[in-house]
Amino acid sequence: MAARASDLLTLTPQGLYCPGGNFHVDPVRPVDRALITHGHSDHARAGHQHVMATAETLRIMRVRYGEDFAGATQEAVLGEVLRVGEVLVTFVPAGHVLGSAQIVIEQGRCRLVVSGDYKRGRDPTCLPFEPVRCDVFITEATFGLPVFRHPDTAQEVAKLLASVRLFPERAHIVGAYALGKAQRVMALLRQAGYAEPIWLHGAMERLTALYKDEGVALGDTPRVAAADRAGLKGAIVLCPPSAIQDLWARKFPDPVTAFASGWMRVRARARQKGVELPLIISDHCDWDDLCRSILETGAEEVWVTHGQEDALVHWCRTQGIRSKPLHLLGYGDEEGDTATEGAAEPAAEPA
Amino acid sequence: MNRFADLIDRVGYEPRRNGKIRLIADYFRRTPDPERGWALAALTGALSFRHAKPGLIRGLMEERSDPVLFGLSRDYVGDLSETVALMWRPPGEAPSGQADGAPGPGHNNPPADGPTLSEVVHGLASAGKAELPGLVANWLDALDEIGRWALLKLITGELRIGVSARLAKTALASLCQDAERPITADDVEHVWHGLEPPYRSLFSWVEGCGERPENVNPAPFRPPMLAHPVDDEDFAKLEPAAFRAEWKWDGIRLQAVAGRDGDGTPVRRIYSRTGEDVSAAFPDLVEVLDFEGALDGELLIVREGRVESFNVLQQRLNRKAVTAKMLVEYPAHLRVYDLLALDGEDLRELPFDERRRRLATFVTGLGEPRIDLSPQIPFATWDELAAARADPASAGAGPDADAIEGCMLKRADSPYLPGRPKGPWWKWKRDPYLIDAVMMYAQRGSGKRSSFYSDYTFGCWRDGPAGPELVPVGKAYFGFTDQELLKLDRYVRNHTSQRFGPVREVQFGPDRGLVLEVAFEGLQRSGRHKSGVAMRFPRIHRIRWDKPAGEADRLETLERILSKGETEMHPTGTDGGET
Ligand SMILES: [Zn+2]
Ligand SMILES: [Zn+2]
Repeated sequence: MAARASDLLTLTPQGLYCPGGNFHVDPVRPVDRALITHGHSDHARAGHQHVMATAETLRIMRVRYGEDFAGATQEAVLGEVLRVGEVLVTFVPAGHVLGSAQIVIEQGRCRLVVSGDYKRGRDPTCLPFEPVRCDVFITEATFGLPVFRHPDTAQEVAKLLASVRLFPERAHIVGAYALGKAQRVMALLRQAGYAEPIWLHGAMERLTALYKDEGVALGDTPRVAAADRAGLKGAIVLCPPSAIQDLWARKFPDPVTAFASGWMRVRARARQKGVELPLIISDHCDWDDLCRSILETGAEEVWVTHGQEDALVHWCRTQGIRSKPLHLLGYGDEEGDTATEGAAEPAAEPA
Repeated sequence: MNRFADLIDRVGYEPRRNGKIRLIADYFRRTPDPERGWALAALTGALSFRHAKPGLIRGLMEERSDPVLFGLSRDYVGDLSETVALMWRPPGEAPSGQADGAPGPGHNNPPADGPTLSEVVHGLASAGKAELPGLVANWLDALDEIGRWALLKLITGELRIGVSARLAKTALASLCQDAERPITADDVEHVWHGLEPPYRSLFSWVEGCGERPENVNPAPFRPPMLAHPVDDEDFAKLEPAAFRAEWKWDGIRLQAVAGRDGDGTPVRRIYSRTGEDVSAAFPDLVEVLDFEGALDGELLIVREGRVESFNVLQQRLNRKAVTAKMLVEYPAHLRVYDLLALDGEDLRELPFDERRRRLATFVTGLGEPRIDLSPQIPFATWDELAAARADPASAGAGPDADAIEGCMLKRADSPYLPGRPKGPWWKWKRDPYLIDAVMMYAQRGSGKRSSFYSDYTFGCWRDGPAGPELVPVGKAYFGFTDQELLKLDRYVRNHTSQRFGPVREVQFGPDRGLVLEVAFEGLQRSGRHKSGVAMRFPRIHRIRWDKPAGEADRLETLERILSKGETEMHPTGTDGGET
C-alpha cells in the first residue's frame, strides 16, 4: 500500500502533485491544473491555468485576485465524486473557513486525504469537518504540540466582553485575520448577545460582505472612517493583525490591544506581539483534535505537511501509525501579519 | 483559585498602571472573603510558605507524559511552569486522540470544586515535604490551564506580574465609595502592619462596613528577600557599577521587628528566615530592640569586638535552655544589612542604596553595641571583588574573616522583594574546603539505595604508637553519581575486610585503600569524634582511584583549618601541587 500511496501523490517544487490526475493541490507556484482546498492566500494563489475548488473558495479568490485570477475554473460540489484523469476526487468539508474542503483522492483500493487546513472547534461561519476513512491522511501541524489546547471560544469572547464592560471608555482593537477569523469572531460576538455595531478596518470589508452574502449573519458592521476613531469609546473594532501596532490603532481612545489567534496560548508569543488581551481563538486544530482526527480517519500512514511536525510524527509512531514529515515550504506557520487582500506575496497563514 | 488566576493572567498583560488598578479592584469587588484577602497577600508578598522546587514540578510532569513530547514542548514554550500548566492532563481525562466529545475537566473546563486560593495557602503552610508532590498533583488535576499556571507560579515563588505592593494597596483603597471621607493608599499603609491575611477587617473598613482596623500584630514578619548563587558565566552579564557587595556572614539570618500595640506597649519580636518567632531564644537581643521598625540581619556571636565562627554560634544554638551563663559566654549580636520598615513607613520598595543610607543613619542613631552595620566591600571590577573574597581578612574584615563564607551582591536599585527573584541579589559563596581521605567503612543506604553500600566513613593519617594510622574524620553519603555509586559499591564488596551488620570495614593501609576527595563547608571541634573534629556538610567531591592511600591528607591539615584563618587552608592551597 505504501508504494501505491507514494505513487498516487508525490512532491514537486510546486507542492503536492498527483500524477494520475495530473494536478497539484494548493500549489505555491503557477501550474497547469490546481485543486485548491480553501481561500487563504498561501493555499489559493493566482495564476494557475485551471482551478478546481468549492464555489465559495472560487468566490473568495475572485474577490482577492480579480475575475481573471485563473485561466479557467471548475466548481467542486461537496461530497460529489469526480473523475480527474485516472483518479477519483471528492471535496469534503474541512471546518476551517467558509468554503474550505479536504480533498479525497482515490485510485484502485488506495484512498488518500489531503486535509488542507482544518479544525474541529465550533464555527458558525462554515460547515464542520467530516472525518473520512482513508489509507493515508495528510495533515498540517501548526499547533502540533501538547501545549496547544484551544479553550472554548465562548469563554474567550466572554473575556473580551468582560473587558469592554470594565473599560467602557476604551476602544477594544481586535487583530484577526481578514478571511475566516474576523467573521468567526463577529459571529461568536453575536452568539454571545453582543448587539452593538462591530467596527471594521477597511481591509476587512469586502470579505465580510462576501460572508454576509453567503448567508452568514454578522449584524451591523460599519467601516471605521478616519474621523470616527476618536469617538469610538467602548467600541469593538476588528482589524488585520498587522494593524494593531500601527499608528492607525493609536488614534482610538486609550485602545486595548486584543488578538485572536491560537498562538495566544503561549505567553511569550503574546508578549512579543505587545498584546494586552490575548484571545485564544484558532481556525486550526489543537493538539487533541489533531490526534483525534488522525485516529478517526483510521489511516495507516500520516504525512505531516508543515508546522510542529516532529511532535506529531513522534506521536503517530507511538500509536503504531507510520508517519513522516513532508517539510512543505510556502505554507504559513506564523501569524497572518501581512493579511491584506490580493497581496502579491503569499501571506503567512492565519492562526 | 481560578478567579485569582484569571486576574493575574490579565494583569500580567496590562501595561497601564491605571488599568492594573481597575482590574485588581474589580476582582476585589467580585470575590468574597477570605479568598480576596489571600489574593491581596499574594500580590503584596505577604504570603510565606516553603516554595516548591522546579524539580518537583518536572518530576510530576515526567510521571504523566511522553518524555519526547515534554522535551519538545518545553523547548517551544521556554518556561517550565507554563509548559506543565499547558500540558498537564488529569488522569480521568481522555488521552490525546480519543474522541469523546465534551472536553474533560482540566481542558479549560475545571470542575466546580477546584481548590480555592485559601486552600492552596493553607495546604502549602501545613504540608510536609513528602506530602507536597501529591498535594500539588491533586490541585493541578482540578484546575484549568490558567489556574495551573497561576498555581505553579505561586508555589515556586515566581509570581511576578508587575504589580507592586503599593499598587495592590491603591487598588484596595479605590474600593472605598465614600466621597466625603476617601481612603487612600497611605491610609491603608498606616494600618497595614498590624494586619495579617486574609485582611477581613481591612476590606470591611475600606468598603465602609466596618471600623478602622486595630493593629493586631504591631511587629509582623515580612518574607525575606533571598539571593541566587552566582555562576562564573553570570559575571559577564553583570555590570560591577550596578552592584554593591557585602560579606556573606556565616551566621543565622534573622528579622528583628519592633512596634507598639494598641495601648502603646512595645512589642518586640525576632523571626527566623522562615517566619518562626524565635524571640524566646534571644532575650539579650530582644531587650535592645528599642525602635519601631524591621531589620534584616545576621545573628552572630561577638566577643571582645570579634565575630566568632559558626562553630561558636552553634554552641549557643545547640543549648535548649537559655541560661544566664550562656548569655554571658555567647552574647548574641545582630549585624544588619537591610531596613524593611521604620516608624510606620514600609521601605521595601525603595532602592537598595536608599534603604542602606537610611539603615546607616538608623544604626548610628540607635547607638546599640549589639546591633551594627554589615560593611560594604569597595570594588570596581569583579577581579577586585574576587581578591577580597579570597582573602577577607586583608580586605577589611580583619579577624572577623572566620565568620565569612563569601560575598553578597545586591543591585543598587533593587527594591526588597520577597522570595528569590532572579537578578537583583546574588550570593557568591567561598569555595568549599577539600581534603583527601581514605575510605574506612561503608554502610548500606536507605530507601532507593538500601541495596548499595552508599554511606562512607573516611579517615586521615596521624602518627600512632605503631606508626601511621588512620583516624575517622567524617562520613559522607552523597556527591557521587549513580554510575559512581555502582563502582563504589562493587569496590566495597570486593575489598571487605570485616562485617558488622550493615557495615563493612574495607581494606586500608599505607599501601592499600581508596582515596576519596571530600568537600566540606567548615569544621568544628567535637568531643564526640575520635579525631576531635566534625565536618559541616561533607560530600564526596571526587573519587581518587589513582591516588595511593599513603598520600592522603594528615589530621594536621584539619587541625590547621581549625586553628588558623581560612585563607591558609583554602582549597587551592591543598590541591595545587597535585596532578
Ligand atoms: Zn488556512
Ligand atoms: Zn495553511
